[in-house]
Amino acid sequence: MPENHPQDRLNDFVVKFANVNGTGSASANALIMKAIFRSGVPVIGKNFFPSNIQGLPTWYEIRVTKDAHMARGARVDLMLAMNIETYAQDVREVSPGGFLLYDSTWPRSTLLSREDVTVLGVPFARLCNEQFEGARNRILMKNICYAGTLAALLDIDLEVIRRLVTEQYAKRPKLVDANMRAIEIGYQYAKEHLPCPLPCRISPLDRTKGYILMDGNTAAGLGCVYAGATVGAWYPITPSTSLMDAFRGFCERMRVDSETGEHNYIVLQAEDELAAVGMVIGASWNGARAFTPTSGPGISLMNEFVGLAYYSEVPCVIFDVQRVGPSTGMPTRTQQCDLMLAAYASHGDTRHVLLFPANPEECFHQAAQAFDLAERLQTPVFVLSDLDIGMNDWMCRDLSWDDNYRPDRGKVLSGAEIEALGKFHRFVDRDGDGIPYRTLPGVNPKGAYFTRGSGHNRFGAYTEDSAEYQDVVDRLLRKFATAKTLVPKPVLVGPGTREVGILSIGSCDGAIREALGILSGRGTELDYLRVRAFPFGQEVEEFLARHATVYVIEQNRDAQLRSLVTLETAVEKSKLRSILHYDGMPLSAAFVVDAIEQSLRSVPRRAAAGA
Amino acid sequence: MTSITKPKVANPSLPRNERGLTRRDYEGAMSTLCAGCGHDSITAAVVEACWGLALRPEQLVKLSGIGCSSKTTAYFVSGAHGFNSVHGRMPSIASGANAANRDLMYIGVSGDGDSLSIGLGQLAHAIRRNVNMLYLIENNGVYGLTKGQFSASADVGTKSKKGDANLQSPVDPALLALTLGASFVARGFSGDKRQLVPLIQAGLKHPGFAIIDVLSPCVTFNDHEGSTKSYAFTREHYHPAVEADFVPVAEEISVDYAAGESAVVPLHDGSHVRLRKLDPSYDPSDRAAAYRYIGDKLKHGEYVTGLIHVEDGSHNELHATNKTSHIPLNQIPYEKLSPGAATLAKLMDRYR
Repeated sequence: MPENHPQDRLNDFVVKFANVNGTGSASANALIMKAIFRSGVPVIGKNFFPSNIQGLPTWYEIRVTKDAHMARGARVDLMLAMNIETYAQDVREVSPGGFLLYDSTWPRSTLLSREDVTVLGVPFARLCNEQFEGARNRILMKNICYAGTLAALLDIDLEVIRRLVTEQYAKRPKLVDANMRAIEIGYQYAKEHLPCPLPCRISPLDRTKGYILMDGNTAAGLGCVYAGATVGAWYPITPSTSLMDAFRGFCERMRVDSETGEHNYIVLQAEDELAAVGMVIGASWNGARAFTPTSGPGISLMNEFVGLAYYSEVPCVIFDVQRVGPSTGMPTRTQQCDLMLAAYASHGDTRHVLLFPANPEECFHQAAQAFDLAERLQTPVFVLSDLDIGMNDWMCRDLSWDDNYRPDRGKVLSGAEIEALGKFHRFVDRDGDGIPYRTLPGVNPKGAYFTRGSGHNRFGAYTEDSAEYQDVVDRLLRKFATAKTLVPKPVLVGPGTREVGILSIGSCDGAIREALGILSGRGTELDYLRVRAFPFGQEVEEFLARHATVYVIEQNRDAQLRSLVTLETAVEKSKLRSILHYDGMPLSAAFVVDAIEQSLRSVPRRAAAGA
Repeated sequence: MTSITKPKVANPSLPRNERGLTRRDYEGAMSTLCAGCGHDSITAAVVEACWGLALRPEQLVKLSGIGCSSKTTAYFVSGAHGFNSVHGRMPSIASGANAANRDLMYIGVSGDGDSLSIGLGQLAHAIRRNVNMLYLIENNGVYGLTKGQFSASADVGTKSKKGDANLQSPVDPALLALTLGASFVARGFSGDKRQLVPLIQAGLKHPGFAIIDVLSPCVTFNDHEGSTKSYAFTREHYHPAVEADFVPVAEEISVDYAAGESAVVPLHDGSHVRLRKLDPSYDPSDRAAAYRYIGDKLKHGEYVTGLIHVEDGSHNELHATNKTSHIPLNQIPYEKLSPGAATLAKLMDRYR
């Protein structure tokens, strides 16, 4: 053992698993994460996986955080190095005073040794080869075996693990036995040969009651079910695929008529993203709640149709689970890089409503809000999630639903209303809010109109007349102004009267909140406004006006949120300072703290308010 | 220019269908296409077909893409909702619309440019998906609105107005549809309304994807000598193989053709399509034979027309394969769609 014993990291440490993908490691990692969660200790799981099916490096990072932080921790206390290909890198990543656990069946290169890291060996392969038959089975069992070792090292109650395994394989009891045998082998070996437990260990708490572990795509898919969506159209693309998988899965359980076996939903796998959004537009035009999940490349393809929906005023809901661009980019890494693309998608003058969920709970609720807004405003609404929110398990409060909720279907005329109207005109602004009335096909022939993406006047007729064209596009601006009053309000953290503020969106939230606490401890107090929608409402304008300096924190290279704020608010550009994180990994508090402290040191602060 | 609304003049002497509507009730805005355009004849055939079927106008949904043909959805059945979408993408709009409400009748009108180039993928997949709709391709071999470029259906050797010959092989929508498994494949000619009207009626009633490729000469850009899509050339070379008559539910079927030459195809609502085979050896239920027949005739420069292939399309229709509710999805009350707060609370235990 090295001299420098790591400080006691009870319920506050990071374990990183370095694996080869396609070897069943995900189950073992999820098992450890859930066992810690069930011990009442808050956890965060981040999966760093390759765009590949089998054989490439994959990492899983579990942050145990008694204070229930929400961001990735920028350290590694225990590295489980199961992949020889990445061993050198994995050794380098261990924080000083940390531990490295490896499969000691084969000799380890001592060239890579570090004085400040304690190396622990367990011959996982040998132990499992002695106990299990079959090449594939041995690989799977080797991975489940390390879960047992970790339980011993981290002081996780084996009973909690046994219950989880029993639940997981409730329908296949034989697998329970095999898995538990592997787990116990790993556990016993560690107990006999390793210094259990390590300083980074858990001790049961009571801080996960009322919480769940869920990823944002699952939550969004569930939100679509509760929103009353009936038509889902999509084309498979990482990292959004699991959103439609979730929607379909929930529908199979909750939307199949028990008597007739008929489905009260339909999922259409389209030939591409163009067709997927076309289906959504067709279905929404025809009065169903319809949506499509996709990622950046899909949005690029959908641009033409998005412009049609904007100009012909058809509701549609698009989930963009953002990944690293440009082009194919890094499909399994996270970014917030589609803001500008989504805000102004399509040719011509177009502007769209965007929602920015920060966690799975918001994915769930904003899904329903997106449909309400799309139908109320008769326009496309984008929900800009990202891979970090969408595909990682987050600890979030139990989802709840208000049974009094009724969908806002917007200004849709019934047959009788059409009859009473005498003459229906599709694009007349009767209420002065820029939102016209619409009718659905099949209801009343007097409500029939012709939907077109070509120039049209307020009556819905084709036009090439300048004044008539302008009349309609000017009303669309009024409609966008109405949108400002309907979208979710931003969330303010702090009194709002400090000199310096932070403006950010979505999945930056956890890191920023944690950073605020660290900075506060060092005497720097900042306000923080998390924007939840575009167009920006009055609260965003006021926040920007009130603060002398505003750090705009976002996960892209080109400061897209800052650009959008500059374009769409009255803010003085010079007071905005960008903090940009765009390496594809989730943001950490340490990054935010460093960036802000560095900036505050280098840029002279303006006189404090009131000075 | 703005569209021109046709004045509705009630003429008591106009014949009325069983719904009490005249042909004028199935018309739309005034056409802005060139005088003599084949597409206007097809519009007239659609009006006649819908009047004959005594459809409730609002029962019909009209969908189109972009191009001369796509404009025509404005020219018929003004009591039906219409959606003039984007170039080549009408099939996806139709798929979504149909998914939302299976009770309406969907007619998509497209052209050879819209369907066979930019929209070929969407057309192919709407056929594969077997969306219950009638898909008309108004096929003239050229791009009209952009002044006469060849389209993907231009035959090898056909000449443009400027005299250039097309050298690329054409996409034949009928062969394409047969390959992709369409259960109703027909070809018509805009100049033969007698043949076309019953095809449209049968196609509208067919439970599944019905496609009619209608040869429809472009009088401005493709009606010259040397063009294989001119009126003169088409009249000379089209080869009616199977004539179809649509027989409404109420009418008794009387077969008065020689045995072996006629066949009756029952439709799901009790109506029928009666086929008259002009070539006794032709079997329209045999997909492979239909494919060969078209190719053989084409070798002799003839376009096979009529109801080329028909079979039951209901078993793998979009909603059949998805087991969708018989109540249209857009009409299921929200109370039935939301699993409720209690279910959600119970569900949470799976995520601990």
